[in-house]
Amino acid sequence: MAPLLEVEDLRIHFRTDDGLVRAVDGISFGLERGRTLGIVGESGSGKSVTSMGIMGLHQGTKAEITGHIRLDGEDLVTATPNRVRELRGSKMAMIFQDPLSSMHPYYTVGDQIIEAYRVHNKVSKQVARKHAVDLLGRVGIPTPQTRVDDYPHQFSGGMRQRAMIAMALSCDPELLIADEPTTALDVTVQAQILDLISTLQSEFGSAVIIITHDLGVVAELSDDILVMYAGRVAEYGSAADIFGRPDHPYTWGLLSSMPRMDRAKTARLVPIPGTPPSLIRVPSGCPFHPRCRYTEVVGGRRCETEVPPLREAVTPGHAAACHLTTEQRTRQWADLSAATIPDNDKAPEAEEQAGEPEAREPV
Amino acid sequence: MIFFIIRRLILTVFLLLLVSAITFAIFFLVPRLAGQTSYELAAQYVGRNPIPSAIKAVEIKLGLNAPVYLQYGRFIKGIVAGVHYNNGPDVSYCPFPCFGYSFRNQEPVWPQLISDAPVTLSLAIGASVLWLIGGVSIGVLSALRRGSIFDRFSMGIALAGVSLPVFFTGLIALELFSYKWPIFPDVHYVAITANPLLWARNLVLPWVTLAFLYAALYARLTRAGMLETMGEDYIRTARAKGLPERKVIVKHGMRAALTPIVTIFGLDLGLLLGGAILTETTFSFPGLGQFTIEAIQNQDLPEIQGVVLLAAFFIVIANMIVDILYAVVDPRVRF
Repeated sequence: MAPLLEVEDLRIHFRTDDGLVRAVDGISFGLERGRTLGIVGESGSGKSVTSMGIMGLHQGTKAEITGHIRLDGEDLVTATPNRVRELRGSKMAMIFQDPLSSMHPYYTVGDQIIEAYRVHNKVSKQVARKHAVDLLGRVGIPTPQTRVDDYPHQFSGGMRQRAMIAMALSCDPELLIADEPTTALDVTVQAQILDLISTLQSEFGSAVIIITHDLGVVAELSDDILVMYAGRVAEYGSAADIFGRPDHPYTWGLLSSMPRMDRAKTARLVPIPGTPPSLIRVPSGCPFHPRCRYTEVVGGRRCETEVPPLREAVTPGHAAACHLTTEQRTRQWADLSAATIPDNDKAPEAEEQAGEPEAREPV
Repeated sequence: MIFFIIRRLILTVFLLLLVSAITFAIFFLVPRLAGQTSYELAAQYVGRNPIPSAIKAVEIKLGLNAPVYLQYGRFIKGIVAGVHYNNGPDVSYCPFPCFGYSFRNQEPVWPQLISDAPVTLSLAIGASVLWLIGGVSIGVLSALRRGSIFDRFSMGIALAGVSLPVFFTGLIALELFSYKWPIFPDVHYVAITANPLLWARNLVLPWVTLAFLYAALYARLTRAGMLETMGEDYIRTARAKGLPERKVIVKHGMRAALTPIVTIFGLDLGLLLGGAILTETTFSFPGLGQFTIEAIQNQDLPEIQGVVLLAAFFIVIANMIVDILYAVVDPRVRF
C-alpha cells in the first residue's frame, strides 16, 4: 500500500524585494499510516514552511510551490484551492505552537471546536456540542461539560494546547501535523502534551508529523526523523539510526549541543558555530559547509562547489547528504561520541577531555 | 456582567457630577478667583447700561452673593429638579432641567437647546451610518486587496478626505450639486415631522460632507486593523480548520478588527451630538453647533454653559455605552 503522505521534490519559494527566498528546496519523504515523523532543524530551516505547504496554507501568499505532495494518492499541489480546503481540517489537521494566540479570543473554546466539526460534518449544533464535550474529555480536560463554554483566556497554557488538539482531532484526521506543539509550554506540561499526542495517535490511528527544534521531543515520539538544513534534507532515517549512528555533521552538531542524561554532568555542550544561512543566498555546494568542521576531511573544495546528494549509507532507509565517505563518517562519529558521550566508568577522564578544545576539534 | 454594568453606571454618575463641577467652576468660581466681585458678575447678567439697583436685584435673584458651595448646590438642584428664582416681589420658577435664562431673550436655555437638538441629531446619526458603512467596507476591501489599484486609489482619496476640512468640501459640494447641477437645490433644514422626504433630501449634502471626513478616517483605521488581524495566528487556525475564506474574513477577521472601531465610533458620535459646528455653519443648519457659535459670539454665559453641559453629557453617555458594548463584544474585558 502506498504511504498516506508522499512528498516528492517539494520546493516552496517566495519572491520578495530582496530576492528569491528558497524556503524549501527540493525535499522528499514519505509517511505511512500510524507512524510518526519528526522534522528537526534550526529556525529558518524550512520546517514550518513545509508543514504549511502540506496544509495548503500558503494559498493567497506569493509562494511558488512545485513538486508533489500526495495525500492518499491525491496531489495537493495541483488540486483546486477548494479541494485542499475541504481536506484541511478533515483529512489533515494541524496543531500550532502558541495555543493562546492560535485560538480566537472572542469565541468560547467549545464554539471553536464546534465550528471545526461543523465545517466538514452536516450536523446540528447540539450534536456538534456533544462531540466537542466528548473530545475535551478525551484530551484530559476536567469537567468538559462546563469548560466547553469557557473562553481561551480562562484556560491554562497546557489546557489550551489540549483544546487545540481536541479541535484538530474533531474530524478524525488521517494526518496530524504538530508544529512545535510544546515550545510555548512549561517543561512540566510538555511531557503531558507529548504523552497525549502519542496516546491519541494510537487511538485515532493517524499519521503524525512533529515539527520541532527540540531533539528530546522527537526522540520521545518519532519513528522516523528528517533533519532539515537551509530548506533541504540533511539526513533522513529511523529514530534509532539518527540517534544511534548519525551520518551528517549537522546532526552530530545538533546531538552534541544537547544535554544528555548519559553524559557527565560537567561535560560541556558543543554548539554549532555560526548562524543558519540566509535563504536568499544559500551557500554554494553543501549549504552547511561554512559551519562544518569536516570540510578538510573531505578535502579540496568539494564541499564548496558540489552539492552532496542524499545517499543511503549503510542501513537502507537511512540517508545523509554529505561528501564524507562511510568510513570517514564512522570514524569521526566514533571520535566525537567518545569525546562527548563517555562510558559511565570512565566519566571523569572524559570530562577532562571534553573540557579541552583539542578534544572537540576534528583532526 | 450585571455587576460590570452597575459599576459602570455608578462611575457615569460620578463623571457627570465632576463635569458639572468643572463647568460650574469655569463660569462661577474662576471669575471670582480672578478677583471679580459678585456685583461685577451680576452686572453681566443685566444688560447694557444697567442701574446699580437692578444689578443688586440680579445678584440676589441668582444668589451670586451666597457662599460658593450653596451656589453649586443650587446649580445642581436647578438641573435635576428645577429652581425658584426670587425676583423681589414675585417668585419665578425655572422648571427642570434648569440651565438658567439666556441673556439675549430672557428665555430659559433648556427649551432652546431641545428645539435645536433634532437638527444636530438628524445630521450626526445620518452621517454616522453613512461613514460607518462606507469607511468600514472600503477599509476591509483595501486590506484584503492590499497593494491593488483599488487599495491605492481609495487610500489616496482617504488621505485627501482626512486632510480636507468640512467647510471646504461642504462648499464644493454645495457649489457643484446645489448650484451648478441643482440636484439638491435650496438646502435648508426641514423638520422630519413636517416633511420627511424634504428632510432627507436636504440632508443628503451635509450627510455626505460630514461622512466623507469620517469615512476617510475609518477606512484607514479599518484597513490597518484588518491587516493586523489577518496576520494573527488564530486566522491561520481558522484556515487550518478548512473554513471557507469568506467565513475566515467575516467571522474571525472582521469580528476582531472591528471591535476597536466600535469604541472610536461611540466617542465620535457622542462628540458630534454636542454640535457639528463646522458642518452646521457651512450649510446654515440651526443645530446645536450654530447655537454654540451664537452663544459664544453674544457672550451669553448661561447658553454656553448649557451647551457645554449637554455636550459633556453626550460624551459621557457615549463612553458608558461603548464600555458596556465592549464588554459584550470582548469576553476578556468582563473579568
